[in-house]
Amino acid sequence: MASKHVRRARVNKVVRYAVLTVFAIIIVFPLYIVFLDAVLSNSQIATTPPTLFTFHPHWNNFAVAWRVGGVSHYLFNSILQTSIIVMAQLVTSILAAFAFAFLDFPFKRTLFVIMISTLMIPFEVTLVTNVQTVSSLHLFGSTVGLVIPFLATGTGIFLLRQAFMQIPKEMREAAVIDGYSNMQFLRRVAVPLARPGIAALAVFSFLGAWNQYLWPLILTDNNVSIRTLQIGIKSIGGGVDSANVQIAASAIAVFPLLVILIFFQKHLVRSLTAGAVK
Amino acid sequence: MSITTPDAPASPKKQRDSRLALPTKSDHVRGGSYKRRESALGLALVLPATIFFAVFSFYPFFKNFYEILYVPSININNPAKFVGLTQFWDTISSSSFLDSLRSTAIFVVCSVPLGVLGGIFLAVLAHQKLRGIAFFRTAFSSTIVSSAAVAGAVFGVLLNPADGFLPWLGIHFSPNILESPTLALPAVALISSWQFVGLSFIIMIAGMQSLPEEVLEAASMDGASSWTKTWRVTMPLLSPSIFFASVVGVIFSLQSLGVIDVTIGPYGAPYTHTNVLIYAIYNQFVQYNNPGSAACYAFVLFVITLIVTLVQFRLVEKRVHYGQ
Repeated sequence: MASKHVRRARVNKVVRYAVLTVFAIIIVFPLYIVFLDAVLSNSQIATTPPTLFTFHPHWNNFAVAWRVGGVSHYLFNSILQTSIIVMAQLVTSILAAFAFAFLDFPFKRTLFVIMISTLMIPFEVTLVTNVQTVSSLHLFGSTVGLVIPFLATGTGIFLLRQAFMQIPKEMREAAVIDGYSNMQFLRRVAVPLARPGIAALAVFSFLGAWNQYLWPLILTDNNVSIRTLQIGIKSIGGGVDSANVQIAASAIAVFPLLVILIFFQKHLVRSLTAGAVK
Repeated sequence: MSITTPDAPASPKKQRDSRLALPTKSDHVRGGSYKRRESALGLALVLPATIFFAVFSFYPFFKNFYEILYVPSININNPAKFVGLTQFWDTISSSSFLDSLRSTAIFVVCSVPLGVLGGIFLAVLAHQKLRGIAFFRTAFSSTIVSSAAVAGAVFGVLLNPADGFLPWLGIHFSPNILESPTLALPAVALISSWQFVGLSFIIMIAGMQSLPEEVLEAASMDGASSWTKTWRVTMPLLSPSIFFASVVGVIFSLQSLGVIDVTIGPYGAPYTHTNVLIYAIYNQFVQYNNPGSAACYAFVLFVITLIVTLVQFRLVEKRVHYGQ
C-alpha cells in the first residue's frame, strides 16, 4: 500500500515537471530562436526543417552586425540615452519625492496632484507638440532631443514618495536632533533607507528607456548616427540576406534585460507590480 | 497586494499615514526663518520635475487641442486659421479613421484576453511547491525582456512563409500571413500577446503569493479538490490582479506599434488593415506630414484609453473581490 502511494506521488511529480517543462519551452522558444539564429548563417536560418541546434556557431554574424550593420553605433547610442534617462529620472524623482515626503512648502498638495496627473496623459497625445518643441529648440536628431521629454516621471515620484514615507518618523527626529540639515538627511538617511524602492525605479526606467520605440523612430529618422538599437533592428531589416544580422542585433538588445531578469528579478517584479495597489 | 514594500526599518506602528493619502502639513513647530528656508528648499526640489512636466506633458496636452481646432495657413507667415471642429469631424468620419478604429478593436480583442488568460494559466502552474520552481517562474516571466523590435524580428523569422517553421509544420498561407489582409492583424496581435504574457504572469503570481493561506487551507480542510479550490477560492481572490493585468494589457496593446512597424511597416500590403490608431498617429504625422489629423487621432486614442480605464474601475468596484 505504502509503496503504491509513494509511486503515485512520484508519478504525480514527474507529470507536474513535464507539464511545466512543456509550457516553459513554448514560452521561451522565440527567445531561444533569437540566440540560436544569432549564430546561424542565412542559409541555415532558412532551411526546412528548421535548424534547432548547432555545434558550429557562426560568430561572424556579430562581426557583420557590429561593423557593417552599424550595431556598434546603435549600441553606444542606446547605452548613452538609457543612462541619461535613468540617471535623470532617479535624480528628479528622488528630489521631488523627498520634498513631498518630508518638507512643508506652499502649494504642496496642488503640486503633488499635478505631478500624479501626468500619469493620465498618454505619450501619444503629446507626440505632435513635443516633436515641434524639440525642433524649435534645434534638438531634432540630437541625443538631447532623444532624451529630453523623459527626464522626469510621475510614476517614479509616486513610487519613491511611498518608499520615503515608510521611513519611521523617529529617524527624522533623531536626524534633526543630531543637527542634520535637510539635504544631509536626504543623502545620509533617506536615500540609503529607500534603496530597494530606488533600485526598483532604476530597473523600471531602464526597461522603459531601453525598449523605447516611437520617439526614437521619429527623432533618429534623419540622423543614423544617433539611432538606437531598437530602431537599428528595424533599419537592418529582415530580408533573405540580412535576417541573421538583424537577429544578432536583437540578441544584443535582449541581453542586458536578460541579465536584469536573472540577477535583479526581485527589483524587477517589485517595480512591475507597483501599480497593483490593493 | 501591497505596493512596494521596501525593507522598512522597525516599528510599523509609528509609520506615517496611509500610503495613498495626500501629503499633509507636518506638525513640526519651528521658528519662522527655518520655515521659510524649508519652503524654499521644498519648492527648489520639486522645480526640476515641475519644469519638465510643464514643457513636455501639460503644454503638449493642451496644445493638442490647438492642433485640432486650428489649421496652418498656406502662407507660413500668416497665423493659423481657426476651423472649430471641422477638421476633427472630417478626420473621424474618414474611412481611413474608421479602418483604424476597427483594426484597433480587433488588435485589442485578439491580444489582451489571450495574454491575461495565459498569465493566469501559467501562474496556476507555477504556484506550487516544487524544487526548481524558481527556474520555471523565470522562464514564464522571460518574455518581458523582448522589445517590440526584437519580437518583430524573431517572429519575422518564425512566420517566414518560404522556409523554416511554417512549411515544416505543413502550414501554408496564401498570401503570406504577414501580407494577408485578414490574417496579418491577428498575427501581430498574437505576437503582441506573447510579448505581454510574461508581465501578465508576473502580476498574477505576485497576486497569488499574497493570498491569505488560511483561506486556502480552510478550503482543503473542507475537502475541496484542487480544481474547486482554484476556481472557487483562488480566482475570486485573485480578481484584483486579473483586473490590473487587463488594464495594463489594454493600455499596452493600444500603444504598441513597434511589432507592426518592424514586421509590416507603413507601406506593407495589408496596410489599411493593420493601421491601428497609434500607428495611424505616426503615419499621419510623419509619413503624410499632417499634424492636425495626427492630433485628432491622438485625442480619440486618449479618450478611448480614459474610457477603458474608467469602465474597468467601475466594473471592479461592483464585482471584484478585494478581501478584508
